[in-house]
Amino acid sequence: MGKIVFQKPKALTDNPFHYCPGCTHGIIHRLVAEAIDELGIEGKTIGVASVGCSVFAYNYFNCDMVQAAHGRAPAVATGVKRSNPDNIVFTYQGDGDLASIGTAETVHSAARNENITIIFVNNAIYGMTGGQMAPTSLPGQVTQTSPYGRDVNTVGYPVRICEMLSELEGASYLERVAVNNVKNVKLAKKAIKKAFQNQIEKKGFSLVEVVSTCPTNWGMTPEKSMEWLEQNMLPYYPLGVFKDKYAQEEAK
Amino acid sequence: MAEKVLMKGNEAIAEAAIQAGCRFYFGYPITPQTEIAAYMAKRMPKIGGTFLQAESEVAAINMCIGVASTGKRVMTSSSSPGVSLKAEGISYMAGCDLPALIVNVQRGGPGLGGIQPSQSDYFQATKGGGHGDYRLFVVAPASVQEMVSLTAHAFNVAEKYRVPAMLLADGTLGQMMEPVVIDDITVEEHDKSWALTGTKGERAHNIINSLSMLPEELEQWNIDRYQRYAQIEKNEPMWEEYMMEDAEICVVAFGIASRVSRNAIRAAREKGIRVGMIRPITLWPFPKEMLLASSEKVKAYITVELNMGQMVEDVELATRCRRPVLSANRAGGCIPSPEQVLAQIEAANRLGGEQ
Repeated sequence: MGKIVFQKPKALTDNPFHYCPGCTHGIIHRLVAEAIDELGIEGKTIGVASVGCSVFAYNYFNCDMVQAAHGRAPAVATGVKRSNPDNIVFTYQGDGDLASIGTAETVHSAARNENITIIFVNNAIYGMTGGQMAPTSLPGQVTQTSPYGRDVNTVGYPVRICEMLSELEGASYLERVAVNNVKNVKLAKKAIKKAFQNQIEKKGFSLVEVVSTCPTNWGMTPEKSMEWLEQNMLPYYPLGVFKDKYAQEEAK
Repeated sequence: MAEKVLMKGNEAIAEAAIQAGCRFYFGYPITPQTEIAAYMAKRMPKIGGTFLQAESEVAAINMCIGVASTGKRVMTSSSSPGVSLKAEGISYMAGCDLPALIVNVQRGGPGLGGIQPSQSDYFQATKGGGHGDYRLFVVAPASVQEMVSLTAHAFNVAEKYRVPAMLLADGTLGQMMEPVVIDDITVEEHDKSWALTGTKGERAHNIINSLSMLPEELEQWNIDRYQRYAQIEKNEPMWEEYMMEDAEICVVAFGIASRVSRNAIRAAREKGIRVGMIRPITLWPFPKEMLLASSEKVKAYITVELNMGQMVEDVELATRCRRPVLSANRAGGCIPSPEQVLAQIEAANRLGGEQ
């Protein structure tokens, strides 16, 4: 018998993902599940699914799950965490959910330094509804609702969530990662695990933004999508740590 | 707290919720219910509970969803415009079968309306407010003492049937002070095996969810829920009868309107008019069987309401339009006077006599 070198994380169910071919949600789900496995917290984790492509996250994560209304996941997570402070509570949200309809919930849960973990998947488009302009769509980006390209003169500029939240005294840990190559996937894993570890250590609000692709609605092959991400998304959404309150304090 | 104390209605609701085991409150300031939040802010930290002023009404109701998902008692309160904002979350609660208590201390509407007392959210409370096929268990107290007993009762009913409950008060009741005894509160224990606690590796994961992509499955969820609603309609209607033994004219009024009506009924009795009152205590389920039975003897009904007569259609339906239903109502924050109600009682008496 050969040694098992690779298998599905225990924190994922056996349900097949509904995601489109080439979608990076699969990678990100896996990273979240690996972090949960490695920290040994599946039995005490409660996840909050949002509205968007990841709405069925409750079918994929093995922990207890609640499905929140569009944009409201941080508020629901606040209630869960306040009720059960010993549970580990995370939300999994897309850009439309977190950075548009749920901006208030995002900002204020960060301002309160709510001890929760947020996984924020930014692919610059509304995927579930078929490719409309998102708060994070790039200037000039063509979508169903910006057919002539995002015109910054009429609809303004995309929102950089990590940068915006980094101005808040409350937020503890904000990092932007990507899953476009092996190196970045490994860094993304490290950031996601840290965002959970922070919660275990009661360090407060931790958000990891994962710059992602949407081959279907971008109208590109998965490979081409990765190129587009590198050429267009990463210059506007630079990767890195935007805030790490405890690292800053340790450094003082 | 078994001695008689003088309390504002809003404070009595808050204390009753605490006595009923509620340790989580999320709210947002809005007149005329802010005393509930202020009371909770003062009390909750002293008893190991959570008071949190949310960034919005929307966030507050969703925080309630979070706590309710863990199986614990939770409450939010607001006034009319704020309750409209909560409607999305209330629909999700219904769709997720989550018990919770929502308090609406009504003010005049629509829109920003005013800050004076009103009952104009009757439709919103009893017919929906949010989207989808759902019902709320709705109680309407008429005194500060009843605010206490119905707050506790609403928590029990909500948990028993896994439905959100609403306590529908108004600015007058919220602001008025009356002597009250806070005791005799029973906290019922109901099954919470559905709650999110973490699997502890001992069971399959629990999922709290209102979404289904399969129409037949979603329909079945609705059917199952309506079977519970049928049980509520059978088991939970509450009402009070006042001078109904020989009544030929029947006032139907809830909450503060019933108190105005009592004065008018006594005055009409002095004039020899046989008038009584049915006061719905639960607005949903509406005490329709009782009303139908009353229509054997009653010749005409009058709703007395602080709105444009929203309850008229429910009285007509309950009595199957067998008798005329008049209304003595004021809107916009105005309260019907006993004289106005008396005038309608006299009009109904003439109308009833013609039949």
